[in-house]
Formats: sequence, structure tokens, C-alpha cells
Amino acid sequence: MSAREKILASLRSSLAGTTPVADPFDATLVDEPWRYAPAERVTRLKELMTAVHSEVLLTNRDEWPKLLSDLLAARNIHKLLLAPNTAHGEVFSDHCQAAQNPLQLLAYDRPIEAWKRELFDDVPASFTGTLAGIAATGTLVVQPNPAEPRLMSLVPPLHIALLNASQIHDNLYQAQQHWPTPMPSNLLLISGPSKTADIEQVLAYGAHGPKDLIVLIVEDA
Amino acid sequence: MSNQRIHTVDVTARNLKANARLSLKDQQLRNNMRSAMDALISKRIISMPDEDERENLRELGNKIRARALSELPDLLEQLEANLTQQGIQVHWASSTDEANAIVLKIAQARNAKQVIKGKSMVSEEMAMNEHLTEHGIEALESDMGEYIIQLDNEKPTHIIMPAIHKNAEQVGRLFEHRLALPYTDDVDSLIQSARGILREKFFHADIGISGVNFAVAETGTLLLVENEGNGRMSTTVPPVHIAVTGIEKVVANLQDTVPLLSLLTRSALGQGITTYVNMISAPRQPGEFDGPEEVHLVLLDNGRSQAFADSELRQTLNCIRCGACMNHCPVYTRIGGQAYGTVYPGPIGKIISPHLLGLENTPDHPSASSLCGACGEVCPVKIPIPALLRRLREENVKSPQQTGQVMDGQGSRYSSAERLLWKGWQYFNSLPWLYKIGTFFATRFAGLTPKNLGPWTQNHSAPKPAARSLHELAKAHLEKKS
Repeated sequence: MSAREKILASLRSSLAGTTPVADPFDATLVDEPWRYAPAERVTRLKELMTAVHSEVLLTNRDEWPKLLSDLLAARNIHKLLLAPNTAHGEVFSDHCQAAQNPLQLLAYDRPIEAWKRELFDDVPASFTGTLAGIAATGTLVVQPNPAEPRLMSLVPPLHIALLNASQIHDNLYQAQQHWPTPMPSNLLLISGPSKTADIEQVLAYGAHGPKDLIVLIVEDA
Repeated sequence: MSNQRIHTVDVTARNLKANARLSLKDQQLRNNMRSAMDALISKRIISMPDEDERENLRELGNKIRARALSELPDLLEQLEANLTQQGIQVHWASSTDEANAIVLKIAQARNAKQVIKGKSMVSEEMAMNEHLTEHGIEALESDMGEYIIQLDNEKPTHIIMPAIHKNAEQVGRLFEHRLALPYTDDVDSLIQSARGILREKFFHADIGISGVNFAVAETGTLLLVENEGNGRMSTTVPPVHIAVTGIEKVVANLQDTVPLLSLLTRSALGQGITTYVNMISAPRQPGEFDGPEEVHLVLLDNGRSQAFADSELRQTLNCIRCGACMNHCPVYTRIGGQAYGTVYPGPIGKIISPHLLGLENTPDHPSASSLCGACGEVCPVKIPIPALLRRLREENVKSPQQTGQVMDGQGSRYSSAERLLWKGWQYFNSLPWLYKIGTFFATRFAGLTPKNLGPWTQNHSAPKPAARSLHELAKAHLEKKS
């Protein structure tokens, strides 16, 4: 008998004569304690994300490209990984061209194997969109895709994410109702830059992922 | 500051009593554990201030786990079917040997030389690192805490915070000796050094290994929580990802993970959510530029189906591995995790390890508790840990004549002399005339009781019967009144 058959047979014989427990899920318990007025969602998300070392900036549809290029300049960053074929990537690329910004824009347009060394050693920052936000926990929902692959929000030391205020949900339960089906190959909840408290519970940021996370919230989108 | 390595208990044996005696003398360990556990206790309660919200959610967590277990074989088959359809290969292992063989076969098929690991307690159960190393494959831990203890050839002391028994000075000395880095006890610098070293390891690794927090049957999703990002690195950068998990980790659907996640991260660390929640449902798809080409899931039994067979002991498998029971345990806090000599320490370790290793190999574990009840009170999925400890004590003294095989190694502490003594005690207390004679002599000859009663009188004064028994006093009192 294979391990599979052995395990399943043992479990089945242990359950012989029993009936499955009814689905106990009660949405009110995970939804009602975590509801906010629309205006409060942005405030709460900002407060919680700031508390874990993220920088959250409120902006609007017209001004975010300039804000982004200013904050990269202030950090002396000359190279940015972004997806030029996404709506936000295109807007920012156009902005840079119009403003004659010397920033080098880089696309993740090859398999990782073709440029792993460069991604690990020579990409100081990345810029991605987000699927949604979650007010209750101060969280971004990020769905990696061919334009913005999985490692884009993980390997560069600085990750900048664009979030539309209208896409901030109250809580995880509410956010789940809007997730794609079937589930994408990878879906991420990101709630700050990477951190650890493994030595004496002293909090240290920049453990294995980004050292800094900046969130641009577009209030009128 | 001394250059010597500060003493920590080197525990490999499973002799809990002997280990505990050593640990209790290690003042450094006790200080480190005390302050860490106090901090974790207060973080948890600060994150769950509303008692109604907390208790209702614990109740829901309990029922969600009970429901998943009540249809476990069906959910496992559903999980397998969905994962397979989405391109994730599912393997089943009855024992840790089988699980290691599966991992090794995958590694050898890829001609792998280096394996990088996210945190996985099941891989500790398997002693996977040792197994891979024996076959010439480097297995390196990447969770900061796990990396630290692997450098020091130790085992995790806590399931969430593996290196919590060490302070920054000890870690600084370790890095100085093992990595030839200049000494510092600055935590940020220590973490940045480890980050630099481990990034290269992620870069070159042939295989990434991880555990699983919840396996969602309905969508075929492996959900992993973490703060560091090493889990995402391990499951994304190398061309192959192998997830190893126990057969009990499955839940019915995605919405079930909402309350469980909230319970898990708040109970474990006092965090409303961890930095990353990583949901993996498929390997790299055509058109995608990263993610592993191959994803495998190894489902391990290793004694779990034994716990599952008994409806009371089955509750052991509710566990979502938050560690709150150990944080609140007065025994664990004083002796640390390594003294248990088992992969899972603390209260949950005392009720799960006998199933993984056999009661005969963990004979002292069910008894190493004052049954104060703290573990049961904080358990996010309401496992009645004290009741299960008592149950295991019973199984542990079951006589060979009693029928019913419940667990491997049952009756390992059965003693005919002790059984006879208790029979006598029962007899003495259930016959009034015998009890009367007994207490009469005991009170009259109280002066003859010995002063030295072995282990008892090492820490307590010897018990001495009163001048008159309670029966006699009550009788005299009633006579006086009438």
C-alpha cells in the first residue's frame, strides 16, 4: 500500500460513523469589528503602515508622478525598475520623458535567469501597482503578473507601491471578496518593509526583503 | 566582556528531567527566557484588547479546525486534486524517513548542491538538514533565528523565535567566531551582516524549502506567513520549491484563513498581520518571468494519524503553531525549549511529541506540568491542553493487561507496585471502619512520622498528622453544641 493509501485509509477508518461538522464560518466576527467610514480607511492604513516603518504619502492623479520623481531624486536613486506597459508605468515613463528626468527606467522583461545578478546587485528601487489595500491591518494586496513579477516587490532595497484610495477595503474578509478566481499563481499581502525580531526581540528592518517601503495613495482614484 | 562562549545547555538527549535540572542552573538562559516571554505575553494581550472579540474568534477558530479535521481525508484529496491540476506535485509520506527520501529524490533529480530553507518545523521533525548533508547537499537555514542556531549547532528553542534563548552579545560572539566578523552586539549590524551572507545563498540555491501555515483545499493554495522575507525568497528565487507540511494543516476554503490568520499572528507576536502573507497556487506560468519552475508539496503523517484516531486526542491537531502556550507556560519559561529534547517544546510539544516519537521515548513529558491551565486559556484554537496532558498520563500508566491500543509506547510508566499502592489507597478510603482505625493510629503516633521523605523534603517540610482527625474534631464539636 502506498503512503497515500495508508494515510487516507487510516483517517477514514478513524472517522467511520461520524458526520462532518457543519461549516461554522460567521462573517460578522471577522467583518464587523473591523469596519470604517470611507475617509477613515486612508487614515487607518497610513497610521498602521507608518507604525511599521513604511512611508505613506497622500497624493492625487495629477501630482503623483512628480512626487515619485522628487522622492527618488531626494534619495539619490538613478535607476528604477518599473513595468512600462502598465497604466501607471506608462504615466510615469511619459512624465520622466516630458520632464527630461535623467532617471534610468528598467523593465522586468526577461526571465530572472537572464539578469539575476543585475537584479540582486544593481537595482536600487522598484515601483509597482497594487490590487487593493486593507485598512484593518495596514496592508497592500499585490498580485504579481508577467509585467510585475514576484521578485519585483522583494529583491530591490526600496519598494514603492501605488495604491488607489477607492481600492482600500475595510478588512481581509472584504478584500477577499474581490480576489480573482481561480487564485493567481502568487498573491501577496504586504504590510511594511521586511523585518525581524529574532535577536532579543529587538526590531530590525531590512531582514531579507526591502529595507524601505513607500506607499503613494492616490486619493482621487 | 569575556571572550568565552556563554554557557547554554547543550541538550541532545530526550531526558527531560536531567535536562531541566541543567537548564534551571543556567541563569543567563533563565534571564533571556523570562524577559522574552514577558514581552510576548504583553504584546499578545495588547493586540487582543476586546475580550468578546477575542473569545468569539477563538471559538470560531476552534470550530473551523474541528470542521477541517472532521472531513480531513476528503479535504486532503481535494487539495491534492487542485494542486495537481495547477501544476504543483503532491507527495505523501507516512514517516520522516519517507519524507526525507522524497526530498532527496527531487534534489538528486535536479543535481542540487545547495538548498536554502525558510522556517519549517516539519523539516526539523524530519531532521532534513542532517539527511541532506549526509548526501552531500548543503542545507542552510535563512530565517534569522534559525540561521543563528544552525551556526551554533543547536536546535530551536521556540517554534516562532528559535534563538530567543540567546542575547545580542551571545549572537555577536557567535558571528565573530563562526563568520570571522568583527564583534558587535548592535542588532541592526548583526542582521545586516546575515542579510548580506544569505542573499548570496538565495542567489545560488538550487532548491528552496518552506513549511506551510495553511493549505487551502478549495483553491489549492499554500499560505505562508512571515516577517523577514526569507520565506518569499526561498519559495521564489530557486528554480525548485519544496513545501513540507503535516497532514493536519489543511483548511476547507480561503475565508477560513481570515480568522485563523488573525488568531495566529496576534497570539504569536501580537501583530495584527505579519509583514508578508504569501499565497502560492502554482509554479511559474508560461509568460511569467520568475517563480520556481517546479513546486512540490510533501504531506507528512509521522504519528498524526495516531492522534487523529482518538476523538479526544484528535484535538491536538487543531494546533496552528503560534507558540502562545509556551510563552505563557511557567515550566517552559524556566527551562527553555531545548530541555524538552523534542522538536516541539512547551505545552503543545508535550501533547504532540508522544505521538511523533512514542510515549516510551517521552515518558516524562505529560507529567512536566503543574496543570495551571494557562496554555489552554490562551490557545487560539482552544485545544484543552491540560485535559490532554492528563489523558496522556493515563495512557502512560495503562497496564499491559488493559485492552485497546491507543498509542505507541503506552503504559511506559506502568508499575505494578504503584498500581498496588493506589489500590490500597482506594481500599483504605472506601471502608469507613478501616479509615477510622487508620486515622486513629496516624494521629496518636504522629510523632513517629519521619523527618526525611526523600525528594519531597528537599523543598518542603515533612507532613505530620494533626493530634486529632477531622472526623474526631467534628464529632467533638457537634457533641459540645448539643
